[in-house]
Amino acid sequence: MFPPEFEYLRAENLEQALNWLRENDGAKVLAGGHSLIPILKMRLAEPSVLIDIRRIPELKGISEEGDRIRIGALATYSEIAASPLLRENCAVLAEAAARIADPQVRNMGTIGGNLAHADPGSDLPAVAVALEAEIELTANGRKRDVAAGEFFIDLMTTEMQAGEILTSIRFNKLVAGTGSCYLKLEHPASGYAVCGAAAIVQLDAAGNCSRLRLAFNGVAAVPFLAEAVSRALEGSSLRDQDIDAALGDRLEIPDPMGDSFASGEYRLHLARVYARRALRQARDRAR
Amino acid sequence: MAAKLFGSSIRRKEDPSLITGKGKYTDDFKLARMAYASMARSPYGHARIKGIDVERAAKLPGVLGVYTAKDVRKSKSPGVVPVGWLLPDIKTPPHPILAHDRVRYVGDAVAVVVAEDRYIARDAVDLIDVDYEPVSAVVDPARAVEDGAPQLHDEAEKNIAFDWEIGDRAAVEAAFDSARHKARIQLRNNRLIPNAIEPRSALADFDDSTGQLTLRMTSQNPHIHRLLMSLASLGLPEHKIHVIAPEVGGGFGSKIHHYPDEAIAAWCSMQLKRPVKWTATRSEANLTDAHGRDHVTTAEMALDADGKILGLRVKTYAAMGAYLSTFAPAIPTYLYGTLLSGQYTIPAIHCNVIGVFTNTAPVDAYRGAGRPEATYVVERLMDQAARETGLDPAEIRRRNFVPPDAFPFQTQVALQYDSGNYQGALARAQELVGYDQLREEQRRRVENGEPPLGIGLSTYIEACGLAPSAVVGTLGAQAGQWESGEIRVHPTGSVTVYTGSSAHGQGHETTFSQIVADRLGVGVDQVEVIHGDTDKVPFGWGTYGSRSAAVGGSALAVSAEKIIEKGRKIAAHVLEAAEEDVEFEAGKFFVRGVPSKAQAIQEIALQAYLAHNLPPGIEPGLAATTFYDPANFTFPFGTHIAVVEVEPETGSIRILRYLAVDDVGNVINPMIVDGQLHGGIAQGLGQALWEEAVYDENGQLMTGELLDYALPRAHMLGNFELDRTVTPCPHNPLGVKGVGEAGAIASPAAMVNAVMDALAPYGIAHIDMPLTPEKVWRAIHQKGRS
Repeated sequence: MFPPEFEYLRAENLEQALNWLRENDGAKVLAGGHSLIPILKMRLAEPSVLIDIRRIPELKGISEEGDRIRIGALATYSEIAASPLLRENCAVLAEAAARIADPQVRNMGTIGGNLAHADPGSDLPAVAVALEAEIELTANGRKRDVAAGEFFIDLMTTEMQAGEILTSIRFNKLVAGTGSCYLKLEHPASGYAVCGAAAIVQLDAAGNCSRLRLAFNGVAAVPFLAEAVSRALEGSSLRDQDIDAALGDRLEIPDPMGDSFASGEYRLHLARVYARRALRQARDRAR
Repeated sequence: MAAKLFGSSIRRKEDPSLITGKGKYTDDFKLARMAYASMARSPYGHARIKGIDVERAAKLPGVLGVYTAKDVRKSKSPGVVPVGWLLPDIKTPPHPILAHDRVRYVGDAVAVVVAEDRYIARDAVDLIDVDYEPVSAVVDPARAVEDGAPQLHDEAEKNIAFDWEIGDRAAVEAAFDSARHKARIQLRNNRLIPNAIEPRSALADFDDSTGQLTLRMTSQNPHIHRLLMSLASLGLPEHKIHVIAPEVGGGFGSKIHHYPDEAIAAWCSMQLKRPVKWTATRSEANLTDAHGRDHVTTAEMALDADGKILGLRVKTYAAMGAYLSTFAPAIPTYLYGTLLSGQYTIPAIHCNVIGVFTNTAPVDAYRGAGRPEATYVVERLMDQAARETGLDPAEIRRRNFVPPDAFPFQTQVALQYDSGNYQGALARAQELVGYDQLREEQRRRVENGEPPLGIGLSTYIEACGLAPSAVVGTLGAQAGQWESGEIRVHPTGSVTVYTGSSAHGQGHETTFSQIVADRLGVGVDQVEVIHGDTDKVPFGWGTYGSRSAAVGGSALAVSAEKIIEKGRKIAAHVLEAAEEDVEFEAGKFFVRGVPSKAQAIQEIALQAYLAHNLPPGIEPGLAATTFYDPANFTFPFGTHIAVVEVEPETGSIRILRYLAVDDVGNVINPMIVDGQLHGGIAQGLGQALWEEAVYDENGQLMTGELLDYALPRAHMLGNFELDRTVTPCPHNPLGVKGVGEAGAIASPAAMVNAVMDALAPYGIAHIDMPLTPEKVWRAIHQKGRS
């Protein structure tokens, strides 16, 4: 397939990329390219300029910043899945990254591109929301952090403004006594989540649930954080029946998506099933 | 000589060049002054063309030509795509290579751009302005025949291309009147997209000084393409067309057919007098490669009190798509209706098939081609009948099998099965899978409320090597069904083989070498196999319908016998012995009882070419050509067993086991046979569980990308357990039957039967393929017993 003509610029540093982005109307940022290039080939977008940010050193790496973790926008799914720091302190993210597509995609696709593209079937958005991550957006001369819960506005639509590049995401390490889990039913063709459930469960010394976050990919246009379920289960001893009851009574996801493979009704049903499994597993890992 | 070559798993000769990337496919060829074609295709399922403005496209720098149907009509070329199989009263509306007044499916080509490079050609396509007036479309074959449905062709009232029947309607009615049990099923055989890994491609080079066209293209049958290009599309004399199929990256049937695109590329080369290349993108391939299946069927079986089948009646609406593709009319008729006896003695059968035009890509042969559809109907009905009668699915099959001593067996639907031992394959499969223990575990799971286990059988029949030509001709084929095979033994004794079969992944360079090396007693590395080139190879019909070993291989076996007979005459002369006293074994001619009095075939070959001392009446040289026309089809068979677990909560299916016992006659190369079965089973499971080409009511293909059309991947399939029984074909010299399609024929029914078996406790009898989790979940949910 043959994309329309575009100019290709390869940035050596962030400042250069941001300058080019400001100077070129209709420019698109290229990182791993696994969403953008198919779109170009199918001529669904016709940007005049592509700014390749893949070589920018500031955007790389996964590091500890005290009790927080910073992941550069260019970290690949493979790097995230294999990171000892993440596997120890944020298993849910490593687990979700390991379930994305196939090894070739995981070696190229980046967390920044994943979040910025905001595909509803993508695996990382719900994890970012459950982690209450902050997404760092940098423009020429300005920098801001947006909470993951506010970042996703609609299908393929985010808070990002023209001229901004997603530069990193940051979140708190999961503390001792916390278990997490990501499970999904994947689409047999695309590998995207028909329903993906990210669960984070923190237990206190008595074994009661002190904090619970549950978020979904694939069910609605944007990742859905099940706050009512958290309210119902925080403070409980998180027995199986508690989880079942909360999911039965308190899980309401508005405007579920449907397509020829899976209807909205079915996705809602899957949300309950996968939430139950993910919560139980997260709880068992916390113990 | 080493161990016998025939029957050994020698490594594929093809692989070193293919796996090191040195194999050259059509798109790998680059010629001087080569230009590129890109097609403007209809975005509508059904529309009138009110006008086409190509001016802006033509002005784009680098564009060499923009052509529409008007230009084709002004040329000397007939410019159509023909139908290669005619049925009684069939309607064959014209299929122009570029649509002129109407488009009938999304992807129908309306114009072509030729430019200096691919990008310019593609950009120019966007500058072509086509004034379409969309009209209503119809995509479902059962709805397309209803009153008031949109009409595709003036020639075909109610969109009916043909209304065909086979069998004895009255005998079937009588069988139903006396039946104790009846089984009934309504099903849809889902439409599939072939997805050969290499998309279709053509590189045409017309030399106006000689009038010669050289056409490299993705073809399973270069001589058929040459013939149809000459007769129907281009109007060039046949001897002025040279078709070459270089390496071809799979076909599954989709590269049998003669499409507009390759003809357009050739026609453009004739206009521009430059080489023109066209290669489909994956999206174009999905829109325009002939699809497979797409049947809507009602079928009923009548049985007596003992579960013996009395009669079978089948009515099918078969989608033909927008136009009749090359062999489309044969697929749901002579390759479907004739297979409905399965492995069973069925005293009365009647089948009515209505071929229907729809606003979709044309439908034609796709791996199995009619036989998977027939097997699916029969094997699903057998399981329904087992439920009706209370018999175990294995037992009801056993009661109805054609007995081993009844061959050759004449069915009620024209075919005569050559040989078989159906009981043997079923017994072997049951033993290997541990059938009784599995049934026990199934019961235990139901009692304990565990996720249900399902065991699905498919005892299938396959028909390979459509034959003989005279009979096929009476059925409507506009083609012969013999095959050519030429062997040239060179003066040094090495051998070149020319076959009319045209491999595109099957490994004929290996297996045909094995056949010839084994017969002539030379090393397998002393044999070269040439195929896929109309200037090198005698006329042949190509590779499809699992025919190559049985027909093409047999042609070579006969040629090898001719070589040996001539060699024997020369050897007898040289050895001063009577011809009848000269034996041939392991590459040596020797006088019976005096093994030291011998001449190697290499020595005889040299004598044949030197011609210094030949017996009287013997011409020099050592070569033989055979045009082998088989006496009959061959009929491979087997038992496949799928074992699955269904998760009621989500409707997800887990494949626990997949075991196949196939009988494909004598085996030339077990490794290649296993590979064919693996691929075929994977494709059939793809149909059962994941694949479906979905059109919306306007004729938009909703699954046009691999993002939403789900091909099976290795991790989704698990391990296949393969075993064999061997019942040789009695009527060809090799005793081989064929294996290319068996896996795809057997496995959809095995898988669906397994899942329905698991769902039996929920009272669920049938779900249409593909068995997606939501469909399974809904079936369970609606029965209210989840």
